Amino acid sequence: MNKKLKKQLKKIILAAILFAAGFLPLPQFWPLFLFTAAYLLVGTDIIFQALRNFRYGQIFDENFLMTLATFGAFALGEYSEAVAVMLFFQIGELFQSYAVNRSRQSITELMNIRPDHANVRRGKEILTVSPEEVKTGETIVIRPGERIPLDGIVTKGSSALDTAALTGESMPRDVAAGAEVLSGCINLTGVLEVKTTAEFAASTVSQILELVENASSQKAGIENFITRFARCYTPVVVIIAAFLAVVPPLLSGSMDFRDWGYRAITFLVISCPCALVISIPLSFFGGLGAASRCGILIKGSNYLEALAEAGTVVFDKTGTLTKGLFKVIKINPQGISKTELLRLAAHAEAHSTHPIAVSVREAWGRQPDLSIVSDVKELSGHGITARIGKDEVAAGNFEFIKSLGIAAHEDHTPGTAVYLAVNKKSAGSIIIADEVRPDAQTAIAALKAEGVKQTVMLTGDRSDIATEIAKETGIDKYFANLLPSGKVKKIEELMTVSNNHGKVIFVGDGINDAPVLARSDIGIAMGGIGSDAAIEAADIVIMTDEPSKIASAIRIARRTLRIAKENIVFALGVKFLVLALGAAGYASIWAAVFADVGVSVIAVLNAARALRLHKSC
Amino acid sequence: MKKIYQLENLDCANCAAKIENAVREINGVTNASVSFMTQKLMIETDADIDQIMEEVKKVIRKVEPDCEIVL
Repeated sequence: MNKKLKKQLKKIILAAILFAAGFLPLPQFWPLFLFTAAYLLVGTDIIFQALRNFRYGQIFDENFLMTLATFGAFALGEYSEAVAVMLFFQIGELFQSYAVNRSRQSITELMNIRPDHANVRRGKEILTVSPEEVKTGETIVIRPGERIPLDGIVTKGSSALDTAALTGESMPRDVAAGAEVLSGCINLTGVLEVKTTAEFAASTVSQILELVENASSQKAGIENFITRFARCYTPVVVIIAAFLAVVPPLLSGSMDFRDWGYRAITFLVISCPCALVISIPLSFFGGLGAASRCGILIKGSNYLEALAEAGTVVFDKTGTLTKGLFKVIKINPQGISKTELLRLAAHAEAHSTHPIAVSVREAWGRQPDLSIVSDVKELSGHGITARIGKDEVAAGNFEFIKSLGIAAHEDHTPGTAVYLAVNKKSAGSIIIADEVRPDAQTAIAALKAEGVKQTVMLTGDRSDIATEIAKETGIDKYFANLLPSGKVKKIEELMTVSNNHGKVIFVGDGINDAPVLARSDIGIAMGGIGSDAAIEAADIVIMTDEPSKIASAIRIARRTLRIAKENIVFALGVKFLVLALGAAGYASIWAAVFADVGVSVIAVLNAARALRLHKSC
Repeated sequence: MKKIYQLENLDCANCAAKIENAVREINGVTNASVSFMTQKLMIETDADIDQIMEEVKKVIRKVEPDCEIVL
């Protein structure tokens, strides 16, 4: 609680004591004196504010309305009510300021990942400078307990990193020389020397902070609705109040201005839309903060809102549902040993940088001896022939081996097969496939549990590979053999079909699917860490490479929206109820005070729940 | 040009909305948004920013005298 709030609190407590004393059985003159004192104590600020704003032409200002209502109550001789309105209005304001300050603080804490210094090695010295002053290519030293200030590559030392601030992941990550490290992580155990690869402004931590801080400027539809609603609500209620005070007593001829005046005052007290206006952005802000705590960066409240209506989730296959890393999954030797088969294949493909060749070499686990490889002939896209030692080796797809007049045994395992022939005789085959991510299946199941109607996979890969992956992950539908432009077309088709069944989300790795990310209702890029392209193209960035985070994001979005809607229904419900009762003459000013201040307080408390949503992921 | 400014003492959400509307209506401002939670004013303009900011200051003083913009 800051100074301003503390001063306000003291005033309120004193006024409350005076107010309570006004109810004591004292001689006639005393209650009026005590009530007036209490009123002036809490109300003077408001009255002055009202006068000032009135001068600027803001008639429907809440300060002015409260002043008007309380003056009216005084005029009617309802002294205790007049004081109560002012007193509780101030209590409500105080509470709101306090709650908002608290939320602002917890958001700041959430976002407290900005490194404050960097230790840079210049010549023989190590200087401590601000991260902005470090240039790309300089060497920085990070001691245990320090935050990594800039992205870079480890040149010396090894350590464990706490990446929780970026990924929400609690397991520390081990790094050693050669590893890429990202700013924002905390160095836990050893001293690291890192050669920077980006300036501070382009480093991961800056990007994340900028993204999150700007997120709330893209408002959700529901927020805009409330702002528009608030703009009409106050004038309408005030006009009805004026009408109530004058017209019915004149029309009925009863001239009972006292009774109708009282009803008009209840209207004025309820005319402030604060409860809604404050609690809706608070809920969204909490939701965005909670998501970023889980390693899910959402670029705006509007995306949070859209996410809650997710009906179809479309995945790109490679790099999203699968790791995007090829691996030897099966070796079928024919007449030679498995190791020998791998050795020959690794040598035949020794010069190739194709992912398939890389995975074969990895499976063999040793460096090919280039001196024994000669006469390499490559038929691009089909295969290679080479002399390895004294053997003549051919490696390639089935058609390639067949075209050499060699009869090979075809293997139908989904994946990419490399067939080998040694001295014109089939030597077997090696099957290479992309690995499905360990949590892909749980991810799909979790989406179903969240009520997502269909899950779809798009891939440029062959149909049989797609079938296998779809079966393994439990995905509903897949479309194979798609070119990048075909993926965009598919998304458009899905968006037309599911027009009334919720939003279409596309999940990709952000590397070569930027057009699809842009075209879909919501584009989610996975493994966003360190990939500028992904952060740029997507609406939502998932910092880790776990597809299961998508279900968490949807869950947070749904709960946030639910809280926001609860507040709208509750606040409007109570206000309209008391307005109706007030017009009919059944609601006292006390009820109106509750409808205004009580509702605000409850709505703010409810909205604050959104700040804790990160515990659910 | 898009610029972001920090606001101080932005205490009421309704005022944030009022400031947002008032800033949007300033001549030369193409878009503006006030985030109540982060107390930030985002402003997009093609006109001279210094001149616009003078206007913005006036508008803020009118709507919420307590609130100040950090330039």
